[in-house]
Amino acid sequence: MKKLESTLKNMILSLTSIAVVAAVALAGVNMLTEETIKAQKEAQKQQAISAVLPEHARIAEAEEADEYVIYRAYDAADHYVGAAVQTETNGFGGKIKLMVGFDADSHIVNYAVLEQQETPGLGTHIVEWFKNAAKPGQNILGRKADGKMTVSKDGGDVDAITAATISSRAFLLAVNNAYNALHGHDALSGASKLQHAEEQMPEEVLSTTSEEQETNEFVSQD
Amino acid sequence: MSNTSTKTLLNGIFKENPTFALVLGMCPTLATTTSAINGMSMGLATMFVLICSNVVISMLKNVIPDKVRIPAFIVVIATFVTIVEMLMKAYLPAIYDVLGLFIPLIVVNCIVLGRAEAFAAKNSIGLSALDGIGMGLGFTLSLTILGIIRELLGTGTCFGLTIFPDNYGMLLFVLAPGAFIVLGLLMGLFQKYVKK
Repeated sequence: MKKLESTLKNMILSLTSIAVVAAVALAGVNMLTEETIKAQKEAQKQQAISAVLPEHARIAEAEEADEYVIYRAYDAADHYVGAAVQTETNGFGGKIKLMVGFDADSHIVNYAVLEQQETPGLGTHIVEWFKNAAKPGQNILGRKADGKMTVSKDGGDVDAITAATISSRAFLLAVNNAYNALHGHDALSGASKLQHAEEQMPEEVLSTTSEEQETNEFVSQD
Repeated sequence: MSNTSTKTLLNGIFKENPTFALVLGMCPTLATTTSAINGMSMGLATMFVLICSNVVISMLKNVIPDKVRIPAFIVVIATFVTIVEMLMKAYLPAIYDVLGLFIPLIVVNCIVLGRAEAFAAKNSIGLSALDGIGMGLGFTLSLTILGIIRELLGTGTCFGLTIFPDNYGMLLFVLAPGAFIVLGLLMGLFQKYVKK
C-alpha cells in the first residue's frame, strides 16, 4: 500500500479515526478497571481502620468533616472503645495522609500511613519510626494524646527521624489534628486550623525554605 | 531467528542502549531508581508501552500522512500509557503509589517517540516489535542495575532483602546526587567495556 498523501482531507480523516479508536479503547479499559480500582482503595482503607482500632465489634457510620473522617468503634455491649481518624497535612514532599486510632481514653493505639511522598530513605521512615516499641523516645503508641505532641527539638518529647525533622513535624501535626478533630477542638474551621498549624511549626520553618532546613539538619546531626 | 532479527533485538540492549548509549529518558531514570524494584517496574511499564506503540505505529505507518505523524504517534503512545496507568492502579496499587506521576510521564519519554519515529515508522511490524522488546529490555536492565546499586549503597537492601544494617547506608545514594554519580560511573564503564 502506498503511503497516504498529506492532503487536508487525509490528515483530518487519519487523525480523527486514530483519536476515535484510542478513545474507545480507553473507555473500554476504564470500564474494566474502574470497579477494581475503587475496591482496592476501599480495601486499603478498611484494612487501615481495623489495624489502628482497639478490639471492637462494630464500627459506626463514618463522620466526615472537612478533611477529617472519623470512624467510631463499639464493642459487643455497645460501649464506645475508640475511634479511627483519617487526617492529612503537608509533609516535606507532598501530602501525608494518616489513619490514627485512639482508644476510649485517647491513648494512641496505632497508626497507618495511607499516602505520603516523603524523601525515600529519610522521610519515608514515618511509616514505621513512630511505632518502634524498642525505642520509647520515638514510639508514640500507647501515649495519651493531648493534641500537643511535638518533636524534642521543639521542646516536645518525641524523637524526630534523623535528618527528617520536617516530615516528623508534619506527622505529629497530623496526629494532633486527628486528636483535635475527634474531640471537637478548633479542628472544624479552616481559619483556626491554620492558627493551629502555626503554633506547631516554629517560625524558622515557615520562613526558611524547607530544603535548607533539611540540609542543616543533616549536617548538625551527623 | 534470522540475523536481522537478532541484531534488532540486541541493538537496544547493547549498541543503542537507551540509558547508557543514547542517554534518552533521563528523568524517569534518575527519579525512579531509588530502589531496585522501583527501577524495574518503571522499566517494565515503559517496555510495555514501547512494544505496543511500536507495533501499532508500524501497522498504521501507511495510513498516517507525513505531516500529522507526530500528533498521531503521540495519541497512540498516550493511549497505551493511560492503559498501563489504569491497569497498575487496579492490580499493582503499591507500585503505582511509589511511581505515581512518572507513569503518565512515559508519554513524553523520548525513547518511546524516538523509536516510533526512527524505527517503527520505517520497518515491518515484526521488526518493530523486536525493536520494542530490545529497547524495553535495555531500559529495564539499566534502570534495575541503577536501582540495585543505589538501594544497596543507600539503605543496605537489595529488592527489599537486608544485606547490611541500614545505619551503614549512605543516604546520598538514595537522594538525587547519588543518582547522577551512579549513572555517570555506569555510563563510563558501559562506554569502556560494552560499547566498543
